[in-house]
Amino acid sequence: MIQVEDVHCGYPGRDVLKGVSFTVRRGEFVGVLGPNGAGKTTLVLALSGVVPARKGSIEILGTPVDRLKHKDRARRMAVVAQDGELRFPFSCMDIVRMGRYPHQGRWQLDTLRDEEAVERAMDITDTVMFAQRLITALSGGERQRVIMAKALAQETPVLLLDEATSAMDIHRKLQVFRVLDRMNRHEGITVIAVMHDVNLAALFCRRMLFLKEGWLAADGPVDSVLTSELLEKIYETPVMVQAISGTNKKQVVFLP
Amino acid sequence: MAGGRGNIESEHVDGRSPLPHSSPVSRIPSRAVLCWGSLLLTIVLAAFLTSGIGSFETPYKTVWRLLLSLLSPAAAADIDDTVRYIVIHVRVARVCLALTVGAALALAGAVYQGVLLNPLADPFTLGVSTGAAFGASLAILLGWGGIHFLGISALPVAAFAGAVGALYLVYLLGRMDGRIHATTLVLAGIIVSTFLSAWISLLKSLNEDSVSTIVFWIMGSLSGKSWSHVMLVIPYLLAGGLIIACFSRELDLLSLGDVQAQQLGVDVQRVRFRLLLAASLVTAAAVAVSGIIGFVGLVVPHLVRLSIGPGHRRLLPAVALLGGLLVLVSDTLARSLLPGGQEVPVGVVTAILGGPFFCYLLLHRKKYLQL
Repeated sequence: MIQVEDVHCGYPGRDVLKGVSFTVRRGEFVGVLGPNGAGKTTLVLALSGVVPARKGSIEILGTPVDRLKHKDRARRMAVVAQDGELRFPFSCMDIVRMGRYPHQGRWQLDTLRDEEAVERAMDITDTVMFAQRLITALSGGERQRVIMAKALAQETPVLLLDEATSAMDIHRKLQVFRVLDRMNRHEGITVIAVMHDVNLAALFCRRMLFLKEGWLAADGPVDSVLTSELLEKIYETPVMVQAISGTNKKQVVFLP
Repeated sequence: MAGGRGNIESEHVDGRSPLPHSSPVSRIPSRAVLCWGSLLLTIVLAAFLTSGIGSFETPYKTVWRLLLSLLSPAAAADIDDTVRYIVIHVRVARVCLALTVGAALALAGAVYQGVLLNPLADPFTLGVSTGAAFGASLAILLGWGGIHFLGISALPVAAFAGAVGALYLVYLLGRMDGRIHATTLVLAGIIVSTFLSAWISLLKSLNEDSVSTIVFWIMGSLSGKSWSHVMLVIPYLLAGGLIIACFSRELDLLSLGDVQAQQLGVDVQRVRFRLLLAASLVTAAAVAVSGIIGFVGLVVPHLVRLSIGPGHRRLLPAVALLGGLLVLVSDTLARSLLPGGQEVPVGVVTAILGGPFFCYLLLHRKKYLQL
């Protein structure tokens, strides 16, 4: 479904990703983790076609990303960005409506189909009460939920999250990930979540990719990747991995 | 039975629509109609009233009959030809020119602000107006002003070249450190603008123009303009306006920032390039006939955004209408303030009207301007 092969990518004169390869199949729930500067955000930009790969190839649903039309790409994959610089005071509903852009023709008005998608997205993310509020008047966490709703309104088979819950409080984070988990299991939506929080990833992701200094340091099912030896190597900090009794989940404690 | 079923169904429907019904789609259309209607009516009324103002006194009844005579020539058969000429070919032409120039400048301002995400951007602060005026002055000095090629006058073309050149220069200066900062861009605009103003003065002096001509060119004036000038601007306004209208949805998405807009499927580079060109085109056409009129493109988009919100599909037409109205009122003041038929440049009036409003924005709406 998504194929990344030997991707070198970054800014003029400096590669941030130095040869990353992996494949994500339909219906996977993948967490992408790693320390700051590992290349997580660059990976998101490369996957979404914003920064072209200098070398290597990225395919989304069978088509190389650099050969996809902009709107076509946005119908295949929605990106939930960390935070937008929202310059103008749009209402939150207008923001969510923007998610329908890749499905609309130039002179086309919103159809019933568009309205339904917007309603559903706002319902799922619990942002209905913000519909008429101005996006500029919301807190960081609330704004992230609206941005999430915008991505869901895009109705794409792939969701790419870039620190999409970083400003939310913990119960909101869990709520959002429960929604993603449900969509992933019931609707077969493929989720790729770039995140900082190893423990949140350990609760919801079934596969983890660890980036370090532009390389893929580890890739595999959570059980096999989430070991103290591996994490200590990646984060250069003493780590303890604990199984949570009564569940099949693990949690990580970083030791002082 | 039947009633019971109806109840269940209606409950079902209610339960399925969680959105409050004050959403813009379901809002009663009559309010929008009222808003647009009153704006249009104000413009028509203002156009009529200002057509009757001037050093040559004409009762409104005469003006009305002359306007009617455009539809049925019999309506004003007994009115003197001089009066007819003054009203139709001087005043009404000037009113129409004021409306078109104002619409063009305000539209361009809204686009610059939307594309560059810069609340201080407008044709004047970005140096585009001055660039256009420079291009036009150069063309006039070289005697190209009267040249027509395939029915296209050389003047707006030269103005357009000047406008695009100035914008490109400002853009290069404004992103010295790789990123474009709102204030750096405007600073670059003011530098380029001041520099080119000096050149305009020099070119005009070489052309042995009087100081007053130079002032009227640099501060803007609609004095002595006729229908031919209106016809010069309108094709460019329509063409530019059409391009801008094409990308009005993209203008909304651009306000999310480049990366998010691109991830939503906007071809950011291409859309931005076309919008900047279209805005520069309408600016150039306006400046080629009116000189540099400041503040219209800066103030009007903010005023409209504060009242009807930032969505460009509604914002742009409202901005064009209000821009036209502002320049019409300013021009009428410019030609009637001084006694004895003396005129002040219209840019003086727009600055006197617009300056305080912008001060208000700076002082009380800092958050809105996001400086």
